[in-house]
Amino acid sequence: MSTVHENIAPARRTAARPAVRRRLTPVVIVYLALAALLVVGSVLVGMRGEVLLDQAGILNILTRATALGVVAIGQTMVILTGSLDLSVAYLIGLTSLIAAETMAGREGMIVPGLLLALAVAAGVGLVNGLVITVLRANAFIATLGVALILRGYLEHTYTGPAGDVPRGFQHLGYDRIGPVPVAALLMLAVVALSWWYLSRTRPGYHMYAVGGDVEVARLSGVPTRRVIVTAHVLCSVAAGLTGVYLASRLGSGAPYVGTDAGYDLESIAAVVLGGTLLAGGRGGVVGTLGGVLILATLDTIFDDLEVDPFFKDVVRGIVLVTAVALYARRMMADRARGRLA
Amino acid sequence: MTWRPRLAEGTAPVLVVLLLLLVGLAIAGPAYDEPSGYLALLKRAAPLMILAIGQYFVIVSGGFDLSVGALVTAGVVIAARLIDGSESATTGVILLVLGFGLLVGLVNGLVTTKLLVPSFIVTLGMLLVLDGAVFLWTDGAPRGALSAGFRTFGRGALDVPVLGEVPWSVLILLAILVAAALFMRSGTGRALVAVGDNEAAVRLSGGQVDRLRLLAFVLSGLLAAVAAILLGGFAGVSAQVGSGLEFRAITAVVLGGVLLGGGRGSVVAAAAGALSLEALFTLLNLLGVSGALESAVQGVIIIGAVAYASLGGGLRQRLRWWPKQRDSVRPAPS
Repeated sequence: MSTVHENIAPARRTAARPAVRRRLTPVVIVYLALAALLVVGSVLVGMRGEVLLDQAGILNILTRATALGVVAIGQTMVILTGSLDLSVAYLIGLTSLIAAETMAGREGMIVPGLLLALAVAAGVGLVNGLVITVLRANAFIATLGVALILRGYLEHTYTGPAGDVPRGFQHLGYDRIGPVPVAALLMLAVVALSWWYLSRTRPGYHMYAVGGDVEVARLSGVPTRRVIVTAHVLCSVAAGLTGVYLASRLGSGAPYVGTDAGYDLESIAAVVLGGTLLAGGRGGVVGTLGGVLILATLDTIFDDLEVDPFFKDVVRGIVLVTAVALYARRMMADRARGRLA
Repeated sequence: MTWRPRLAEGTAPVLVVLLLLLVGLAIAGPAYDEPSGYLALLKRAAPLMILAIGQYFVIVSGGFDLSVGALVTAGVVIAARLIDGSESATTGVILLVLGFGLLVGLVNGLVTTKLLVPSFIVTLGMLLVLDGAVFLWTDGAPRGALSAGFRTFGRGALDVPVLGEVPWSVLILLAILVAAALFMRSGTGRALVAVGDNEAAVRLSGGQVDRLRLLAFVLSGLLAAVAAILLGGFAGVSAQVGSGLEFRAITAVVLGGVLLGGGRGSVVAAAAGALSLEALFTLLNLLGVSGALESAVQGVIIIGAVAYASLGGGLRQRLRWWPKQRDSVRPAPS
């Protein structure tokens, strides 16, 4: 095939172009945007006589990125599979409470508390996955329904923060090496692990296949149901990790720690900002990390500039829509120039 | 063959559910022995039903509108700030709120169709922008007050010869519902459903896909503004007036048997879904279920409704002992 193409001059000319453009993938755009944002932010903050990327600034950005980052990585897997998870915010609150209440201030209960919180999270993910695959409910509705059920339980059972996290566990939230929090390094480890899983293993490839086209994947022998359930379990476990991390930072569990920060829609925004297609099948965790860092950096810059917090939301909304519009434009351009032409 | 009323696909289950809930209300609450109780229920449900009708247009054409909750809040807060208790400003501000809803819908629609951004993301962005902008403008807390004239639509009633006192909101709701049902029977309405079902086919057969989608978002924005006017009158000014309404409206539409992703479902069923949801909350309230568990019940019900819709067809087919009449055999209605 390739020899035939190489003999045709026009084909060669058109083939050279996409190769140049392909280097500007959404992932590259995200990190370029992040770099630009850091430069512009540094200048703006510098004009006030402060430094954006000093020890406190880096710490601030990384701390913000850690909690959102872990949820967003889980959300990436679900979205890649062509699904969606709206239940993560309430799940984060629930797991923070489970961890803190099980630990109840006792050092010896750290591991059981951690394991119980993650096990409950995995269970919720399993329910999400099974409702979608077995009951064949649309992912949006299925996870919205589970979110409402979790919300009802939280509102019914708790009125405010509960439980107590022992000193030893608070190290997870506050220890750092230089300006870099240990938790941020753990988050990067999660990113690395999921990158490896998605791009180097068979189950990871299956996620892309299912997200690209469920029917084609099924006909090619991919166990589509199992893939979707796995993605949801992993996503919920990631949300559970975030809940546990937030409990360690707060010193207790709080029912609304996930919803106050809007982690459900925020994590979806970060994933999409990172260049993953909302419809699934394209993207990855590296882009998501970039998206998370952009959102965290924006927040930190606005804090340094003492901008009205409500203005943040406005900018965030515009950034999100603009980014996705850019990616869509590029994809259409690629398709118009595409291999079929 | 004798004429028999044909319901749109997926309408029957929600009507059965609604009927059961209404019977439940009649048994559980003494207030529901008289028509006035049901009229009050309808008045309470009117804003959500109107939102559900707007959301229906977007969902049936294959999209989502997550911005309606924020739009309702924005509408109420803007109206309160601009009217600030002065009666003379009422008419102008009502027109302004409607225009604002129209504009938001127009932006949602244009970004979705021209910039090719998925509507989920567009309206999510709009949600963030509206929430931020409204509170930026009011410095964090809603200020001002609505005039009595503005509040008439949400809480006032009109003397109708036969029925007695009918709330304004119910009249507005009925007008919108009838208009929406007629619209969905028109060529444009049918084309809107077709866009949700198979966009490529509509495009190839010469339909204006982008214009239809745009129309859906504009209608959704406009109806959200109407809901804001009713809710402002009914519930008063607060920063939380619209929070969560987008998910509640989507729930209502799905409860009405409308397929997420578009192409199937009727607008009357979507409105019936909203009424069912409100009736359910009322019933739970009467039965003494705590408000906190309301959302859990809502969650179970929407999962059940969607599961029934996607599995139910198969179940019905298996339970059916008489042969199914093929559409192709049936003579075309003249």
